[in-house]
Amino acid sequence: MSKDNQGPIWEVFVQSKPGKPFRHVGAVHAYDKEMAMENARDLYTRRSEGTAIWLVKADDIVASQPEDNGAFFDPANDKAYRHPTFYVMPEGAKNI
Amino acid sequence: MEDQNKMEEFQAKIDAGIKIEPKDWMPEKYRQTLVRQMSQHAHSEVIGMQPEGNWLTRAPSLRAKKILMAKIQDEGGHGLYLYCAAETLGVSRDKFIEWLHEGKAKYASVFNYPSPTWADMGAIGWLVDGAAIVNQVSLQRTSYGPYSRAMVKICKEESFHQRQGYEIMANLAKGTKEQKEMAQGALNRWWWPSLMMFGPHDSDSANTKDSMTWGIKLETNDDLRQQFIDKTIPQIELIGLKIPDEKAELQENGSYKTSEIDWDEFWNVIKGNGPCNAQRLKHHIKAHEEGAWVREAALAYGAKNN
Ligand SMILES: [Fe+2]
Ligand SMILES: [Fe+2]
Repeated sequence: MSKDNQGPIWEVFVQSKPGKPFRHVGAVHAYDKEMAMENARDLYTRRSEGTAIWLVKADDIVASQPEDNGAFFDPANDKAYRHPTFYVMPEGAKNI
Repeated sequence: MEDQNKMEEFQAKIDAGIKIEPKDWMPEKYRQTLVRQMSQHAHSEVIGMQPEGNWLTRAPSLRAKKILMAKIQDEGGHGLYLYCAAETLGVSRDKFIEWLHEGKAKYASVFNYPSPTWADMGAIGWLVDGAAIVNQVSLQRTSYGPYSRAMVKICKEESFHQRQGYEIMANLAKGTKEQKEMAQGALNRWWWPSLMMFGPHDSDSANTKDSMTWGIKLETNDDLRQQFIDKTIPQIELIGLKIPDEKAELQENGSYKTSEIDWDEFWNVIKGNGPCNAQRLKHHIKAHEEGAWVREAALAYGAKNN
């Protein structure tokens, strides 16, 4: 068989309705932006799952590396004062 | 030898119900098992369009035709969700298709049976999709994140498939004598192949133990098959058809006991000797090869425009 090519991978993000965050739903193969958009619509919104689509070429995504997770996310671990439960409120305080 | 610590960390994550994501460390055999299982699953969705495509031009009404078309389109979509999820394991789409064409990758044997009557469209939706649903509902909790997410999407779409099939069967079963016979004939043809879809007994299944330790599989073949039998037999009785198994009987625990499956037939179809094995693969290869010029042209066009 001759060398085949299915085109680059595009990651697909769908917003279910205005006001909601875009959510990753999967990927499509396509040879250009227009085809990627049509494929994503046909594949991921057959039942009106969305009102808007974002596409990102998989190669363009910058991702953190799981093996570095410990050190990478460490700065957040010892800052309990970033959470509201850290603070002592006077007895009887309301609506705060 | 794989790093013992990494192995223990990996197993601890699985045991704690934490999903494994594409860039996480995983044992090579876990990756290979997923590559095999997910690509087989994707191929099954795609090859499964063939027995139903057989009836598209001859559907008995416009309503039936639109439904069948939508179902077949969903199955193609399921194949694509699964290929994308499988590609996160570092194997390209081209490779998966090449392995299918070379016979190195399998697809569900059930699609190697023919669909000679309209009632087969009913039986396939009701029984084949029904059996697939039992399996897929369980796989929603599988340990590999992308596979689990694909299963959640697929399960949302499957229940219409099963219901449209059961509707076809229920209508035929209350139709003329010939229609009822047609429904019974299709039930007889698809009953055993659907039970075989769950795979061999756990004692004869080479992969079950590792797959369960790693959370790829959550329930055994036999347990899943029994769930399907217990759901389906009352549905058969409700529409007045006969269970294609004279020995089937309800036990005290509310579960049905059924006859032994013909495992020689099962292995024979897996080996490639089913009624339609050659035809299914040949058709896929032909469609793929005839599309080669489109991919080449699109690639050249895309290179110019991006
Ligand atoms: Fe499907
Ligand atoms: Fe289906």
